[in-house]
Amino acid sequence: MNLVMLFAIIIASIVFVAMVMIITKWISPRTFNRQKGETYECGIPTQGSTWIHFKAGYYLFAILFLMFDIEAIFLFPWATIVQELGMKALVGILFFLSFLILGLAYAWRKNALVWK
Amino acid sequence: MIDFSSIVTAVDCFLESAMPHQLAIVVKCILAAVCALVAYLSFAILMIYMERKVCASFQCRLGPTRVGKWGLLQVFSDVFKMIIKEIIEIKDSDRILYNLAPFLVVMSSIITFSCLPFARGLQVLDFNIGIFFIMAASSFGILGILLAGWSSSNKFSMIGAMRSGGQMISYELSMGLSILTLVVLSGTMQISEITEMQTKGWFIFRGHIPAVIAFIIYLIAGNAETNRAPFDLPEAESELTAGFHTEYSGMGFGFFYVAEFMNMFIIAGIATTIFLGGWAPLYIPGLEGFNHAMCYIPGSIWFIGKTLFIVWVLMWIRWTFPRLRIDQVLVLEWKFLVPIGLINLLIMTICVVMGWTF
Repeated sequence: MNLVMLFAIIIASIVFVAMVMIITKWISPRTFNRQKGETYECGIPTQGSTWIHFKAGYYLFAILFLMFDIEAIFLFPWATIVQELGMKALVGILFFLSFLILGLAYAWRKNALVWK
Repeated sequence: MIDFSSIVTAVDCFLESAMPHQLAIVVKCILAAVCALVAYLSFAILMIYMERKVCASFQCRLGPTRVGKWGLLQVFSDVFKMIIKEIIEIKDSDRILYNLAPFLVVMSSIITFSCLPFARGLQVLDFNIGIFFIMAASSFGILGILLAGWSSSNKFSMIGAMRSGGQMISYELSMGLSILTLVVLSGTMQISEITEMQTKGWFIFRGHIPAVIAFIIYLIAGNAETNRAPFDLPEAESELTAGFHTEYSGMGFGFFYVAEFMNMFIIAGIATTIFLGGWAPLYIPGLEGFNHAMCYIPGSIWFIGKTLFIVWVLMWIRWTFPRLRIDQVLVLEWKFLVPIGLINLLIMTICVVMGWTF
């Protein structure tokens, strides 16, 4: 039932946005002007293409994020049964987290966390 | 306390008896979706009005006063203005992705919104992986923002989108860690169960020190997730005109605006649900008369009141602190919040295993 409801919500949100967009297109004025379709950056004509090589710093953080995000997938099931496992959960997670913190420390040491 | 699940069950029984099973499911879905949409829009209007009034009072201004009594109709007139604005199509934009972006942003925020428990039984989606599902659905919105910036063929939008991507995925991490800390305490991810457990004391009191640290980390990360000041680099208006939504006009911009405000409400709602007890009234062990009196206030009022309080705190932060630089934002996350969050998780585990929680 929950899954059906989820699909209903997804469809409802799509229909909602599409409906508002169609209504807007329908009642809003439309005039053609060559300048209007140009990219607005700071008022002067734009130079070159936007889709060029971009700073690699962002991708570095994305890769670091992947490492920790996959860790979250492993940690959530563990978190739900900590109370049942007791001491075993603590010892297990100490190992897991020490490896993770080692990874973070390595990135730190290699200056991957510094914005250049 | 009013129990909404009885009303839901009554409607359910009525529909099942009045029509065949498949049709009943369809009608129920339509009802739930319409209710969620109406609630979403009314909270969006409330939030925009509140933001204006709160920001005005922080800056010793009056805010909107002309349209309607106390400017109450200002938001409606703004929405109407946006609807009758022309949608300008950019010459060089990637047309399909450009039009797809508002859909993704609004969809992720509506799905997350429908997971919030407004009262006992008043919740559209209640998965057994609830809190994890909320995180997954909310990270969907980053995709919309990235697409919006990338497809509009504007260098400022591109920079804004990239900053937003870097910032939002980074802060999602410490948000996840602080939620994880509370999942260790609660032992379940289902939102209705988490809230039900808090009728005997809110988690921020039961988890004492680690829960308070997690709450503070969550508020900082939540503020960064919603792209609001002091973390509003993606749309820093003095550097990037308007960031990722520079090239959107009329309602296209309106959707980003609404989604941003509703994301703030959702962040506050999740904070309320997992730290401050959701719809659960204030419970102090030993004071039975007081607890009984608190139960007379309906759960939905508790939930909305606590959520709006956290929203107010977020607005306070927004109008008090200056904007950070991108390197400061990332250093704050990776060198402070993530290590503190990991250690905090360990402290919480030790507390739970040793039985040092209330």
